Amino acid sequence: MQVGYYPGCSLESSAKEFDLSIRAILQEMKISLKDIPDWNCCGASPAHYLNEELAMALPYRNLVKAEEAGLDQVISPCPACYSHLKHVHEEVLKQTHLADRLGAIVGKKYGGGIVSKHLLDFIKQDIGFDRLKSSLKAPLSRLKVVSYYGCLTRLPGVHIDDMENPTLMDEVVNAMGGEALEWSHKTECCGASLSVSRTEIALRLVNSILEAAQDKSADCIAVVCPLCQSNLDTRQGDIHKHYGKNYGIPILYLSQLIGLAQKLEYSQLGLDRLVIPPKNLLIEKGILEK
Amino acid sequence: MTESSHDENIELMTYAEVVDVKGFVGNFDVTIRKKPRYVDMTKCTGCGLCTEKCPTKVLSEWNLDMGMRKSIYKPFGQAVPNVPVIDTEHCLFFTKGRCKICQKLCPAGAVDYEQKEELVTKKFGAIIVATGFTQFDPSVYGEYGAGKFKDVITGLHLERMLDTSGPTGGHVVRPSDQREPKNIVFIQCVGSRDESKGRPYCSRICCMYTAKQAILLKDHYPETQSYIFYIDIRAAGKNYEEFVKRAQREYGAIYIRGRVSKIYEKGNKLIVRGVDTLAGRQVEVEADLVVLATAVVPQPDAIELAKILNIPYDQYGFYSEAHPKLQPVESVTKGIFLTGSCQFPKDIPDSVATTGAASVRACEILSKDELILDPKVAFVNSDICSGCLNCVEVCPFNAIESTRVNGKTVAQVIPTLCHGCGNCASTCRTSAANVQGFTDDQIYAQVASVFEILKKENLLELSE
Amino acid sequence: MSYLNSQDIHQFRNRILSISGEDASKCIQCGKCTAGCPISPEMDVQPNQILRLIQVNDPDTLLRCSTIWICASCQTCSVRCPEEIDIAKIMDSIRKLALEAKGPLGEENVVKFDEIFLDSIRKRGRVHELELVMKYNLALRRPFKDAQLGPVMFARGKLGFLGHKIKELGKIKEIFQNSKRLLKP
Repeated sequence: MQVGYYPGCSLESSAKEFDLSIRAILQEMKISLKDIPDWNCCGASPAHYLNEELAMALPYRNLVKAEEAGLDQVISPCPACYSHLKHVHEEVLKQTHLADRLGAIVGKKYGGGIVSKHLLDFIKQDIGFDRLKSSLKAPLSRLKVVSYYGCLTRLPGVHIDDMENPTLMDEVVNAMGGEALEWSHKTECCGASLSVSRTEIALRLVNSILEAAQDKSADCIAVVCPLCQSNLDTRQGDIHKHYGKNYGIPILYLSQLIGLAQKLEYSQLGLDRLVIPPKNLLIEKGILEK
Repeated sequence: MTESSHDENIELMTYAEVVDVKGFVGNFDVTIRKKPRYVDMTKCTGCGLCTEKCPTKVLSEWNLDMGMRKSIYKPFGQAVPNVPVIDTEHCLFFTKGRCKICQKLCPAGAVDYEQKEELVTKKFGAIIVATGFTQFDPSVYGEYGAGKFKDVITGLHLERMLDTSGPTGGHVVRPSDQREPKNIVFIQCVGSRDESKGRPYCSRICCMYTAKQAILLKDHYPETQSYIFYIDIRAAGKNYEEFVKRAQREYGAIYIRGRVSKIYEKGNKLIVRGVDTLAGRQVEVEADLVVLATAVVPQPDAIELAKILNIPYDQYGFYSEAHPKLQPVESVTKGIFLTGSCQFPKDIPDSVATTGAASVRACEILSKDELILDPKVAFVNSDICSGCLNCVEVCPFNAIESTRVNGKTVAQVIPTLCHGCGNCASTCRTSAANVQGFTDDQIYAQVASVFEILKKENLLELSE
Repeated sequence: MSYLNSQDIHQFRNRILSISGEDASKCIQCGKCTAGCPISPEMDVQPNQILRLIQVNDPDTLLRCSTIWICASCQTCSVRCPEEIDIAKIMDSIRKLALEAKGPLGEENVVKFDEIFLDSIRKRGRVHELELVMKYNLALRRPFKDAQLGPVMFARGKLGFLGHKIKELGKIKEIFQNSKRLLKP
């Protein structure tokens, strides 16, 4: 099975482990990925903050390139990228004058044939839980995981789960043999793009999330967004400075957890790239050998 | 209620439902299904021994699942008549053929498992609908955790707890651990004034009952503190505004203007994240108990009943009044009257007032031998009528029936039901159906003479 | 002192309606948006107040506020609004109007960050994170902000020194040139 793939900018650098682990687990399930050739940045937040047409034209070009390459489904791991691709697709199908305008800016028309997917809905709809389970080699021996969705379920164009009480990630965790814990901060904002420009706001939000995870005695937090992962993981040192709290909670991508259950290599899954190291926890839980 | 059951002019049929209504104002044929209680009302003395000894316990609907009842039970203490009913879905005899303790112990020999339902059809001159309302289900608001968090309840749950004959004996406790709450948060407008997940209208009664509940709570438990999140306070009745002020001034209720966005659990407390728009900031309250004032909605079978009665209803299931200002207690269908919250949310004084009004209107019909009608009603010329009965289909008031005249099937208008809308007249292909004073011939004649005048005055522009 | 009747009271509400399709007059100020906003504690104008100021035609406050730039676009307000107003979209519209107005901005730093981000895309087709952070810190004259993260990020292979340039850079530059700030100006 071949599917299109749109990594997005952060998966090439700060979130490389998300990219590595997704490629690894899909390959394990005999799904090959074809990157959209010469893809460009989706525009993230800055584009729609500063320039309305640019914010739509940038994802539009990616849809055009995907179609040119003969793709019909595209997995887009980053929620923001996913939302932009999906939202632009939906809007141009609804409004022909918008489609014309974007076609003129980008220099080529999009035919409307790309179905964008996030990892979560790809798992639910295209892989299915049965196939996922059959690819597992070892359960995650009751690893206590809280699933952090961030704003994924609320983004424009995204209709993959209940907005207030999503459960897809929890279902995957349970299917992996882990223990998905209910908690209060499933969909609370992590501060996203403010991490650099207004760091203290991001720290306040990250602190609440980590505190809520700690209250539930979670072993780790599962995420599906490079920005959430970055905020929750890399900023734990700053949290210690500002709030005096030493959480030490590993923040793993859901794809990394799946990869662990498939018994894939530690570095193949990019687990060595996490700032809060998960190694000791995983050894303690018998998921990794010493 | 007891008085009405003893009045010689009232026949009280309880545990019964209307299944069919035929006829028209002054001459309704109503079929009523009397469901079997499996207890003989003529023998039962209401001693309660059966209920006491019944071995099966079931969640009590009356107490909103906060307590239990038996399989042979009265829904609540003051129920009229003072006769229990058997819940066949849980009764050991009806489900498994065992037990029969109630029958063995009943001193009056009133338990009768063989009782059958009875269908009776009687004639009535007028019908008054007073089927009331129920609560909006707040679990659609995932952000509030209703249905998920045990300590997020509705105003009605609190009422049951405040009732000394209720499931907690009048003690207000947190459902999760049965401890007394210290901080109670009330949230107004849950499901009301909401165009997205709820109902757009205001449910009218919640501001007042919440103020009442805050007063009662403080009165019974002086150590508690109530916080009430509101958008506007609707206190438009006599002494209502003063009542709300008392809740604030004398009973210490803190009113915070703003909706609540989220409720989440922290330890064994609930964190309520809302806003104080007057102070201009987000606020959080650590609550032991959260009480949601949920929207008033029609009964789940309101529309089904409307179809039986043949009365129109609005998009929410509330029954439509004939005129919003001038005929608030009459339904569009003549002879059927509306009172109470089945028409729209009402408080007690308004319910009492509309019931009095509806009763008088009903008496108006019953006190006369003849009714005077608006002459602008439809009629069918049976000579021309082809008997296609299309008009019967299009009449919104079910005012046309099929009948036989001179050996052929023709349509016939029931003048008492007709509103003179003309649907039949415009549908009729043979021009047999017409509205009096507005027959096709009369209208053609009017149009023709207007054209004559226009032609004469050279005001007519005819295109080729 | 603001005199409500000294101007066309519906002017800014109409402008926002025409740009975003969202009607601020639907708002009854229930405040649920502010109640759920994660950034509310740091905002100078609360989300419900943003709606209010649109209703009473106060573009001056709106175009200069800090709120629109620190709004994280988490969409919590939009999905919970009982009147189904897309408040996050309104924030987006006001941002662009603020830039069009060319006056002082409520959070120059945040705008600077966004501009450097877009510049990186314009030059490379993708954003080069390291370059972005470095350029931003330099622009703010805080070259050592977050420097403590450097070593650990480097050790974890997250720094991405080289960055990438896509092939159709000319196309990207064209896209930037052709794009207008507002679709419906």
